[in-house]
Amino acid sequence: MTEPIIQAEEVVKTYGEIKAVDGISFKVQPGEIFAFLGPNGAGKSTTISMLTTMLRPTSGKLIMNGYDVTKEPASARKSFGIVFQDPAVEEELTAYENMELHGILYGVGNKGLRKRIEELLKLVDLWERKDSMVKTYSGGMRRRLEIARGLLHHPKILFLDEPTLGLDTQTRNLLWDYVKKLSKGEGMTIFFTTHYLDEAEEVAERIAIIDHGKIVASGTSKELTKQTGTKTLEEAYLELTGRTVRDETSKSNDGLNVRRAARMGRLR
Amino acid sequence: MDVMQILWLRQMKRYVRSKSRVFGAIGQPLLFLLALGYGLGSVYKRAGQGDYLQFLVPGIIVQTLLFSGVFWGIQILFDKRFGFLKEMLVAPVSRLRILMGNALGGATISLFQAILVFTISFILGFRPVDWSMLPLAFLIMIVLSLILTSFGAGIASMVEDFQGFQAINNFLIFPLFFLSSALYPLTNAPELLRWLASINPISYAVDALRYTLINQSHFGITKDLVVLTISLIAAIIFAVNRFNRLQV
Repeated sequence: MTEPIIQAEEVVKTYGEIKAVDGISFKVQPGEIFAFLGPNGAGKSTTISMLTTMLRPTSGKLIMNGYDVTKEPASARKSFGIVFQDPAVEEELTAYENMELHGILYGVGNKGLRKRIEELLKLVDLWERKDSMVKTYSGGMRRRLEIARGLLHHPKILFLDEPTLGLDTQTRNLLWDYVKKLSKGEGMTIFFTTHYLDEAEEVAERIAIIDHGKIVASGTSKELTKQTGTKTLEEAYLELTGRTVRDETSKSNDGLNVRRAARMGRLR
Repeated sequence: MDVMQILWLRQMKRYVRSKSRVFGAIGQPLLFLLALGYGLGSVYKRAGQGDYLQFLVPGIIVQTLLFSGVFWGIQILFDKRFGFLKEMLVAPVSRLRILMGNALGGATISLFQAILVFTISFILGFRPVDWSMLPLAFLIMIVLSLILTSFGAGIASMVEDFQGFQAINNFLIFPLFFLSSALYPLTNAPELLRWLASINPISYAVDALRYTLINQSHFGITKDLVVLTISLIAAIIFAVNRFNRLQV
């Protein structure tokens, strides 16, 4: 077996009393498409924030592309690209300027940059609107721009945090086809979260299901259905995480909000 | 293009594209110049202190730098709120360079506003005593804009939301301005005011500008420049320290 490109060992993140991530361990192999599933507030975004150096884990170890994420964040950052769950584009700049800024931040050489931007903006069908200010874009267009931007610097690992949220079927198919191509053709490792289980079933080679900060099951889609004695991934998922709807309290459990709540508590 | 250049350029583009910001930021200092400069001018003259407009202009230039510099910090808050800060912070670039690229952009903008106000004050009748001192005056303005944008960036990295920033504005920026020597001479001011002004770095900035532009000084230019240099170092350390701790 080859060296895993992402490795988490007993990673914990606590905010005061609340354990957002409670001792998770997993491995992702190079070139693999890995889905990270779980209900709202399960700890998905917190895990991605820790992997992408935005949050420090309370304890545990994260290795990415051979670098210890907490000790060598700068080297780890060179290894990945990310499409955030919440929009992170600069609205007062045009699509082209957003791409250009990103390219320079990530040290994409000037020579290839223009061509690469054109190629990607054409892929997501935004080339015609490249000189429009992003604030004039619709939600779906912004999403497409962010996806194009995440791919700009040819990362080894691409994190997609609910990338298809709010996208139409056409764009969704386009995205997954391209992602599969990147994984197959260039050996890019894909780590994504989604609430659409059909996507995960179709695209992901391996899946981990997280709930209440713990990984409750992992394996291929087939293994998961077999393990739970169900027919589809959706049934397996519901079997593992329960059928109760997560209410607002557990929704506010996701990463940022927990931290804010903890901080507010401290202030008072 | 370099990382710092492109971040600087982004600030410039944002500024140029929102015209309301240009006018919004110089409106207040102009109001002060007109209302106080002309309104109080005659009283000031009768008190035997000379031309109030001449006295006021250095103070108003500092005011412009103070408000636009610290307010620029709100940009970091915006970036935090609207997600763009994340995009910058996960990039494989040191935070120092990200902070510097952005802060230099902010400093350029506030310097530009100050020069705009300075130019308008000429139209209103202001004349420097010694033209050869102008380069030194500009140097002081540059240093001050760097101090204040760093200060604003540090504060913005600490507060969570816009309300918090508003509180800072009321409890820090206004006192810094009104309790400095920007609006009135300290020489005959009550003891308490004089003491407050003497522990306020803004007073030294005003004093330094007043020395270069109208050849009046309360503390002496050497002391002014020493205080400004120390303030610059302290503000940069503060900004870097706070920005490095920022979590998104």
